[in-house]
Amino acid sequence: MANKNDNATEKPTRRDLLRAGVRGAALLSLGAGLGLGVGALGKRSSGDGRVWQINPDKCIQCENCASFCVLTPSAVKCVHATGICGYCELCFGYFDAAGVQTTGAEGQLCPTGAIHRRHVSGPDYEYAIDEDDCIGCGRCVEGCNRDGNGSFYLQVRHDRCVNCSQCAIAEACPSGAFVRLPATRPYLLREPEAS
Amino acid sequence: MTGHGKTALKIVLVLAAIGAGIWVGSTVSPPPEVEEVEAPERRVPRPELPEDYREPVTEHPPPRSMTLEYLDVGLLLAALAAASLLALKWRSRAGIFVLMVGCLVYFGFVRKGCVCPIGAIQHASEGLAGGFVVPITVLAFLLLPLVFALFVGRVFCSSVCPLGAVQELALVRPLKVPRWLEEGLGLFAYIYLGLAVLLASTGALYIICQYDPFVSIFRLSGNFQILVLGGLVLLVSMFVGRPYCRFLCPLSVLLRGGSKVAVTSASITPDECVQCRLCEDACPYNAIRAPAEPTHDRRTGKVSLGLLLLALPAIVALGAWLGGLSSESLAGTHHTVRQARAVRAEESLATAGMSDEVEAFRLTRRPVRELYDREAELLGQFRRRAVLFGGWVGLVIGMKLVLLSMRRTRTDYEAEPGQCVACGRCFRHCPREHLRLARRRGDVEPEEQTE
Repeated sequence: MANKNDNATEKPTRRDLLRAGVRGAALLSLGAGLGLGVGALGKRSSGDGRVWQINPDKCIQCENCASFCVLTPSAVKCVHATGICGYCELCFGYFDAAGVQTTGAEGQLCPTGAIHRRHVSGPDYEYAIDEDDCIGCGRCVEGCNRDGNGSFYLQVRHDRCVNCSQCAIAEACPSGAFVRLPATRPYLLREPEAS
Repeated sequence: MTGHGKTALKIVLVLAAIGAGIWVGSTVSPPPEVEEVEAPERRVPRPELPEDYREPVTEHPPPRSMTLEYLDVGLLLAALAAASLLALKWRSRAGIFVLMVGCLVYFGFVRKGCVCPIGAIQHASEGLAGGFVVPITVLAFLLLPLVFALFVGRVFCSSVCPLGAVQELALVRPLKVPRWLEEGLGLFAYIYLGLAVLLASTGALYIICQYDPFVSIFRLSGNFQILVLGGLVLLVSMFVGRPYCRFLCPLSVLLRGGSKVAVTSASITPDECVQCRLCEDACPYNAIRAPAEPTHDRRTGKVSLGLLLLALPAIVALGAWLGGLSSESLAGTHHTVRQARAVRAEESLATAGMSDEVEAFRLTRRPVRELYDREAELLGQFRRRAVLFGGWVGLVIGMKLVLLSMRRTRTDYEAEPGQCVACGRCFRHCPREHLRLARRRGDVEPEEQTE
């Protein structure tokens, strides 16, 4: 203040008092409001984080997972529950039903050839997914769920996912299959039924 | 009472107010959450596999550990504390700059811009509406900057926020934005905040995240629209200081409010202003206010202020009415509403073929009634909240008019605490600061400091 010495001897005016009062009240009410928010949210919060996941029962394999993720390639990958796999020779997730059924690229459903097929015994074949090649389009998932056991399904892979506040794929998902899960139980896995 | 005593009392009172709020607020109950998967129907029986066959095991890597998340909160706290000391005690622009770059690297590029306090507004809104269990770490990211703003002003903006840092680094030649344009564009931030809270609380979408202009820079990837948006904001930031912070950032609204009444905040000089005008152009963010006498005389000022105060309820009511009108289109942002509309269109044979949304609904094999009921429930929510949102927009515009027509006198050059982001650019422009530093170094004898 330029005229500090003059002001110091002056008594505060009514206007000054009013201003200080309003400021103080505003400060206190903002503080109280903040606390109110903290309190209300405290009960609705958890020490555990929340992560995105796909409910495979709701997924319709629209292919949005491959293109809407903020990452390229997508953090969504196909996972294979070998425990419920039928080991089919003519796998509905591996072969393009409309094309020639050869193990060459032209006969495969997977656009990147990420599914590796290996003979086990007799008519039984094992299928494994190379996650680095998988783009999460879910074409194999569609085939396997339509005619097979549904052992191929899409999951958000948490070593890749950056856990956006609002998942861009969740926003684009037509079936509302994206859910937030506690970080302690981050997958919705298909397990073989206990016999 | 001494200055120190007053500050201490203020701090105690604010802490008490926060505590009282927490006590009252913690009476709500938490929402439930369940999500289960069923084992799918087995069409092909499991074959007899050779005994020596070993089934490949799929690993399911866990998400980032909570310890690291808590460490992030610790880092945020440390950065905010350092920012406060740098801006208010040590008054070091260089230090603020280094901290800013450090935070840009960590919170921006390493953590890829998520979670950020701006976006956390939406988690809190959805959480308060009961739709989401908010992780404590996310809550801390929102609250720490706000608490600091109440005590020391917007130190988060200058030194910690990666979005602010990108704009600050991009600034080449700041142009002076005229006051009327500044005040007008500044309203968008308030409207954006209202819209974000409305959309997040209904669970429709997180608009702040979807239109985050810089997230594509932090992630070095992104779709075309977001890259164009980021490029545009970056281009504007070269000539207009921090356009996102000043005209759009929803968090700035909260921080601005806190900073305006803060216990203390950064100042151009801790000493007396000598009105030398050297700091006049120091601030690229239009935060420095020159000494001013009211331009209009007292009587006309009083009349227009009175009229505006009378008109305020009408402006709010108009906003609320318009908000109510827009609720139908706002509801279209919600997935379930969109789905119900698509199903209705398909049922009335208005559309040919089946969209993904309709197909998704058919595959659930749930009755249509259920979907329509949920839609009606959501529409009701949107109607009520859109009225509130409209009222908020009216209130913001009305209050801005009222504040603009209030008489203000200012005797010194001041950093307006609501607008000031505590970047420290002005410190070096003040001759009193040079004198203060010289005195501290011992170059100037204390008795030389006569005016």
